[in-house]
Amino acid sequence: MSNPQQLRYSKEHEWLTDAVDGVATVGITEHAANALGDIVYVQLPEVGATVTAGEECGELESTKSVSELYSPVTGEVVEANQDVVDDPALVNTAPFEGGWLFKVRISDEPGDLLSADEYTAFTAG
Amino acid sequence: MSTAPRLTALDALHRSLGATMTDFAGWDMPLRYASERDEHNAVRTRAGLFDLSHMGEITVTGPQAVDLLDYALVGNISTVGNGRARYTMICQEDGGILDDLIVYRLGETEYMVVANASNAQVVLDALVARSQHDGGFDAEVRDDRDAYALIAVQGPESPGILKQLTDADLDGLKYYAGLPGTVAGVPALIARTGYTGEDGFELFLKPEHAEGVWKALTEAGQGVGLIPCGLSCRDTLRLEAGMPLYGHELTTSLTPFDAGLGRVVKFEKPGDFVGRKALEAAAERAEAAPPRKLVGLVAEGRRVPRAGFQVVAGGEVVGEITSGAPSPTLGRPIAMAYVDAAHAAPGTEGVGVDIRGTHEPYEVVALPFYKRQK
Repeated sequence: MSNPQQLRYSKEHEWLTDAVDGVATVGITEHAANALGDIVYVQLPEVGATVTAGEECGELESTKSVSELYSPVTGEVVEANQDVVDDPALVNTAPFEGGWLFKVRISDEPGDLLSADEYTAFTAG
Repeated sequence: MSTAPRLTALDALHRSLGATMTDFAGWDMPLRYASERDEHNAVRTRAGLFDLSHMGEITVTGPQAVDLLDYALVGNISTVGNGRARYTMICQEDGGILDDLIVYRLGETEYMVVANASNAQVVLDALVARSQHDGGFDAEVRDDRDAYALIAVQGPESPGILKQLTDADLDGLKYYAGLPGTVAGVPALIARTGYTGEDGFELFLKPEHAEGVWKALTEAGQGVGLIPCGLSCRDTLRLEAGMPLYGHELTTSLTPFDAGLGRVVKFEKPGDFVGRKALEAAAERAEAAPPRKLVGLVAEGRRVPRAGFQVVAGGEVVGEITSGAPSPTLGRPIAMAYVDAAHAAPGTEGVGVDIRGTHEPYEVVALPFYKRQK
């Protein structure tokens, strides 16, 4: 599996696009999706909610377990992907594309987000 | 005791197939190869291939083998014909369930007891101890856990697949029957049993033959969509079929009557058996005023109930989930739960499950959730 070069990554296995007009898109990595197995339920933060870097903002439920979703940055949620709520399998089949989770207007971000190569090395170890 | 997990004879093959492995009862077993939902659906509609070599085989032989089993187990083993199998249980003196078992009659005086991996040692120890009862039975109890690999092929296409590899009379082999035969050129005990709610076969083989048989089945099943399947889908398949799993629906603190499986206890068999007295009392209790019943629950929403979650009604706790999972066949989460009798009737209004603090509405249904069309 390859992690797209243009994204940045958190150690909680979220990815983040570069911000356009202050808004970035967030999802979980293919590595995380594979580890979870078939995802059957996604709970996303609501539009207008404030999310905080490193804090829980939703949940992802798979056949075997439930996992918390963490926000990689701090900001206001401006859009939640209704497609993955309706069809959670999208997170497995297209984690970096149609399986994105929410868009956030960034007010602050931690300094320890990883590059694609750093994240690849992080998950290999 | 070593903590390193035990590996089945098919371990290298699973890894070459890219399986996600999991520790299960001390064994390193395939959890899934790709999507567990696809694996589940393959078994329901086509066929799936499982490595079940973690199951615990115990052979009981000798002139009094059947008497020992009738004494040690709750079933009437003397009514099991040669070449047939029986679902049964082994209980404690107080009636608590030690394990659920399948007993295969392999010959006139030879039986194979198949225990759950997690309980195999307990069952073996109990059978050995009970063989010494009252001067002892003229029977030998043998630990054959390492003597067998176990491969299952399950699903509607499984008879057609297996027929390509054996001359055994599969059409004459009924559900819960087993016969010795040859599969892909090697000896195997071919049993028409499973834990999926589908037609299928379990093949008990010498471990050194497992890889060859697995590959032959894979090849024979290629044209009809057979895929390798892990324990994750085995769990959702058995849950849909309403089959209990030891450690979830069955424990030492429950009798077969508490689990709604009192029919496996055969009081009419001659002679005493371990737990008889306690089980007679349990049967009366269950008849008079069952405290809780094992029921099915189907979610109205999409959040999944897990073992240990509380069942609620009117703000009160009325039961506990024993197994829960998203059901690929129903498209909704399902669960089995022990629920107070007052709330256990199918269609009971106002029942929910506490999922991390939120009461999600659930429908009470009769088990099983899924029954195959014959």
